[in-house]
Amino acid sequence: MERDRSAEIEVSDNLLVLKAQAGDREAFGELVKRYMRRAYYAALGLTGSHEDAMDLSQEAFIRAYRARASLDPDRPFYPWLYQIVRRLCFNLARDRRTRRRRLEEATPWLRDQAGARSSVSDPGCSAERSELRSRLEAAIDALPEREREVLVLKEFEGLRYREIADLLGIPIGTVMSRLYTARRNLAEHLGDVL
Amino acid sequence: MSQRKAASGDERIRRLLMSGLDGEMPAEEREELERLLESDPALEDEWGRLLRLKEVTDTMVFKKPPDDVWDDYWASVYIRLERGIGWVLLSLGAIVLISYGIWASAQHLISDVEMPLYLKVAVGATILGVVVLFVSVLRERLFMGRFERYKDIER
Repeated sequence: MERDRSAEIEVSDNLLVLKAQAGDREAFGELVKRYMRRAYYAALGLTGSHEDAMDLSQEAFIRAYRARASLDPDRPFYPWLYQIVRRLCFNLARDRRTRRRRLEEATPWLRDQAGARSSVSDPGCSAERSELRSRLEAAIDALPEREREVLVLKEFEGLRYREIADLLGIPIGTVMSRLYTARRNLAEHLGDVL
Repeated sequence: MSQRKAASGDERIRRLLMSGLDGEMPAEEREELERLLESDPALEDEWGRLLRLKEVTDTMVFKKPPDDVWDDYWASVYIRLERGIGWVLLSLGAIVLISYGIWASAQHLISDVEMPLYLKVAVGATILGVVVLFVSVLRERLFMGRFERYKDIER
């Protein structure tokens, strides 16, 4: 059933891509509406900033529109778009000036579900959870970009190893190795609170 | 050889730890992981830390932006697309107009018999410099970017 639904979406993605290639902006708009949340959260996971995620995900759609002629309509749209999003995010991260600005203006980009539930009954616990969240965010920020990417796709987007491997075009073994290294680094950063 | 074997053994253990942690492990590998954890206290300690980390990350989700962000999203993309086209047209028009202006002024200055020769040479050098810079930038943007086969490869 799920597979049928995903096939249906893919078929209509196909059609939308073909229409967009013919210059139909409404069809491209439909693709934007369909994937804007995924693109935004992918960028948020890689940049850790709402403003950057909004700007870069929109920029990715603009570049996708300009490069639409090079897209094979038989291939799924999102993995292609994701490649643009990640390249933009990696470029931004490499710009040290921007990174410094981002760190100075950093606002939380993760939400603690468990902390939100317990905050009403126990304010002390809430402060502790908030500290844990900000330390986790800082530890994720400190990860090398490729480790961070795999961790975000696994932990916060909930993808399976096969899906991550397909999205990034790498073997499953590499996904698991990067994930291991990322988690080991995080565990070291959070050592005393784990 | 034995080092390589040890490295590949470590790699296998790491993958077992990951697939065990993420629930993507076949039953036969679970038994193998349990045996390894029982026989190696350091590994069991690491497993414990990874499990606690997983508990923490499992409670975290992306912070949602305000709902109205999504209402304006496509409009923002559309406006940026439109402005991009506007900037291209404006730039092209400006280039043609500025080029014509420079050409007309240069002709006027060169035909001016009262102007000293060194000023004419300076004007000519300035114009030539602008043209060389413009052609160089244009060539880089249009041709080198297009024919660079590895431009999308991340180094």
